[in-house]
Parts: sequence; C-alpha cells; structure tokens
Amino acid sequence: MILLKEARQRAENDARMHGYYLHPDPEFLRNLLEGLTRNEDRYGYPSCPCRLASGKFEFDRDILCPCEYRDADLEEFGFCYCALYVRKDVHEGKTSIVPIPERRPMKKQTRAYAKVVETSTEMQPHVPSTESEQPSNIEMKMWYCRQCGYMCFREDPPHVCPICKAKAEIFAEIIITTQVLTPIRRVKE
Amino acid sequence: MKSNKVPGRNRKHRVLLYAISTCGWCKRTKDFLKDNDIEFKYVDVDLCSEEDREEIKKDILKRGGRLSYPTIIVDDDVIINGFHDDMIKEALGI
Repeated sequence: MILLKEARQRAENDARMHGYYLHPDPEFLRNLLEGLTRNEDRYGYPSCPCRLASGKFEFDRDILCPCEYRDADLEEFGFCYCALYVRKDVHEGKTSIVPIPERRPMKKQTRAYAKVVETSTEMQPHVPSTESEQPSNIEMKMWYCRQCGYMCFREDPPHVCPICKAKAEIFAEIIITTQVLTPIRRVKE
Repeated sequence: MKSNKVPGRNRKHRVLLYAISTCGWCKRTKDFLKDNDIEFKYVDVDLCSEEDREEIKKDILKRGGRLSYPTIIVDDDVIINGFHDDMIKEALGI
C-alpha cells in the first residue's frame, strides 16, 4: 500500500525534474494524490485520478501518472488534465485553472468500457485481471525518432521524443521483414 | 444502476452527476452542488460494473456528451462536461 507522502514525494520529484509545479490549492492537491494512491492500491498502478481506468495495464498505460498527455497540456494550457502538474505562471496565479478538453483519443477512452468477464462491485477493491477472456487487441509497433535515433515499442509514437524533444510526426515505424536466403541445414556430426 | 442521492432544499431540477470517485474536479462539482443546496444524484462510474459503465457510456454519447468526468445532466435535457460552474449555474437558474 502506497502512502500519501510517498505519492506526494514522487510527484514533487517529477515536477522538479521537468520544471513544473504541483496544484497550488493544498486541498485539491491532496485529493488528487489520494486518488493516485487509491488507484495504485486497486489497479496496481497510479492511473490518472480524473480518468476512467479499465484496470488492465495494457489499456491504461497511457494514463499512468504522469500521463502521456501531460507535457502537451502543460504547454498549451499551463496544467494537465487533472491539474496535478502546473506551469510556473499557473503556480504564480497569473493563469487560472479551468477544466480543459480531453486529449486522449476516443479509441483509448472507450477501452475502459469494454466488456470483460469480471465485474467489480462498489467499495470492493478492484482485482486486476491476469488472464482475461478478451485478448488484448492492441497492436504494438516499433518506432524510431528520425531526428536522434531513439527507439521504442509502443502502440503509437510518443507525443514528444524523450531524448531530443522531436514531435510525434518525426517518428517512423520500423518494419522488419525476414527473408531466408539459404535453406538452413543441420550438419550431421 | 445504483446512484447515490444527496438531499438538498433546491429540488427545482433533476440533476444527475456522472463522476469518478478519485477525481478532484468531480469532488469540486459535488461540493458545489452541496454548497448551493441542490438535490442531486450521482454515480461514481469507476465503482460501477462493466455493464453499468456501458450503459453510462451510451447515455452520455446519445446526449451528445463526451466521455469525460464530471458529466452533469440537468432535467434530462442539458449536458455539461467538466466542472464549468457558470454553465451549471445557468442550467440550474442559480
């Protein structure tokens, strides 16, 4: 079980590393951090407190806090979707925090509604399924950054290259084709 | 689907809130309605069964809403995505 202070420490460290701040309202911030700890307890990972998680890691990986959309939201609006992370001008009160549109693609959002065999009842901890009857329909691909060469294995390319900050459009898919040129023969001893 | 009823003296409108139990914006919306003494029902979607989630999804989409929370439905007529207190006030006439 993760403690609130650990969640706070983790968020503070991440904010510092990226030059961000945490939500300026202490009570709102505590609610978000409590939400993260609750999600980590019930799902096994800290998914965004303000988004509906499926409880399946492969469906929720893009909304693990800090989510994939955070940096783009901070750049455009000054704060992320749940408003845990904010930009300096927001921290200083120069920009106010208001609800912002969801950047997560609809196809990923709807995965939290996909029909699965198990059901969770109210107030019972959600048990992450290990072997669902529904096979994962996510197609993972290999991508590389054409600017710096960074490679990753994901459903989509990242919004921004974590190494050189190139945008998603710079990424290209790596397609590996195999061709057997000569038949392989086992050499008898 | 099980909804939670929060009593209030202002019962002029039928208010339904779809929320997420861990969401700061959803909590703000609940507090706003309570502070304004509005009677409302809410459903924490993350605590719902998969079947209920599917029903909620259909309900929101058929009203032209988005799958984001909080989603507030006033009188089966107005749908508001996100905690926009000015829009909620207008819909409730407060």
